Amino acid sequence: MTTVEKKNIVAKSSASAINGGEAVALAMRQTNPEVVAAYPITPQTFIIEKFSEYVSDGEVNTEYINVESEHAAMSACIGACAAGGRAQTATSGPGLALMYETLWIASGMRLPIVLHLCSRSFSAPINILCDHSDVMAMREASWVMLAGSNPQEAYDQALIAPTIAENPRVKLPTTNVLDGFTVTHSVERVDSLPDEVAKEFIGEWEPDQWALEPGSQATFGALDANDYYFEHKRQQVEALDQAELVVKAQLSKFGEISGRKMSVIETYLMDDAEIAMLVLGSSEGMVRAAIDLARKDGIKVGMVRIRLLRPFPVHDLREILTGISAVGVLDRAIAFGAPGNGLVLDVSTATRTMNPRPLLANYVYGLGGRATPKQQFREAISDVVKVAETGQEPMKPEYLGLK
Amino acid sequence: MGKQELWKQIPTGGYSEQPGSTSLVRTGDWRSEVPVLEIERCTHCMICWIDCPDASFQVAESKLVGIDLDHCKGCGICVEVCPTKCIEMVPDTPGAGGVK
Repeated sequence: MTTVEKKNIVAKSSASAINGGEAVALAMRQTNPEVVAAYPITPQTFIIEKFSEYVSDGEVNTEYINVESEHAAMSACIGACAAGGRAQTATSGPGLALMYETLWIASGMRLPIVLHLCSRSFSAPINILCDHSDVMAMREASWVMLAGSNPQEAYDQALIAPTIAENPRVKLPTTNVLDGFTVTHSVERVDSLPDEVAKEFIGEWEPDQWALEPGSQATFGALDANDYYFEHKRQQVEALDQAELVVKAQLSKFGEISGRKMSVIETYLMDDAEIAMLVLGSSEGMVRAAIDLARKDGIKVGMVRIRLLRPFPVHDLREILTGISAVGVLDRAIAFGAPGNGLVLDVSTATRTMNPRPLLANYVYGLGGRATPKQQFREAISDVVKVAETGQEPMKPEYLGLK
Repeated sequence: MGKQELWKQIPTGGYSEQPGSTSLVRTGDWRSEVPVLEIERCTHCMICWIDCPDASFQVAESKLVGIDLDHCKGCGICVEVCPTKCIEMVPDTPGAGGVK
């Protein structure tokens, strides 16, 4: 227990105007991981540029490994973490694709690595801007996934992430998603905790077993094949179930210290809402603005934002959507060939046994960094109103702002 | 569900508290060739013992005495590194391989 908690006062924070990347680097400085291994890629670059300054200025004790690829970055983190050290990395889109094999090794070996994912589209055609193709591509890799919507949340989640990953009930790697450019490059006010308060919140990590422990003779990452692989995967399901409880506890504990209340699902004007718009990430702001416009027109619409993407908070979502007649689900990635895009598949599965269940309409927006102005979200809200009135649930998505 | 629910009891992450347990498992059963070592020409330099990616060369009193064919994968590295060329690969048929 921290003294801050005992006195039940909010820690005195200091405000600075920094972008999301620098905010994450600041949290990493306060975390002081034993190893950071990363490869530069836009729009993640701010994080490792700023963090390597901290390394060269001696503000952290971290061993910074300038690796040759993202596959190597995650591999170095795996080795460092198995050896008993805290390890972090950061990447974006194509970089995540290159570390895809090792994402599964990190989670399968139950190593509490933290990855800061600055969301970016996949090429081709070449695009360095934001969408959620990469975020959606790692949902099945057995990582805990938190998605923020602004630099403040990127900082907060960066501090919370290791405490989730390292919890003995979880022992799974955790990713802190911040949207490329809209969060990584946007300068906003970020309130940071004093170093000693942040350090006390993060605490020390004491692994159950680690390779460099004196006298340790354990084997890590051995062949499992058809003997116990199935059982180890079942353990990961249990760990993710536990992770939902741990995430809630840690968000709440952090909220007490910082004064910033966070939930696994954030809502806006949902108390009297009849329909809802559901979103992930930084488009929250534009969706809120569109909701404000619609409210002026007398439409009782609210917003639901998923913060905890994995494990997906099924019960919380069902509670929030109880009594809601129709939901417009906003997907910033296409699940090519699938019966629905990523978020709408999740929401559809989570709500399928509700009676009555909300009707779902799907909207694809913002691919490859395309800006979606509030008027386009406002039009989507009118569309959801029609779905609610007619009871006609569209099978195919609409594409907002498609030329 | 299962009587014992073994998945709840085994260590997480494939972590093994019994290192070296591979010696109990016959892992050399998918090779196509095995090494034959002609002991008359062997100088016991131990280069094969060092370079073997497994631990298949058996040594007693500083002398090479045998090849562990339960674990040899048939990679042939020993043939490449042997300075006296006293090791060759032969098809993996019953009884083939080992020190002759």
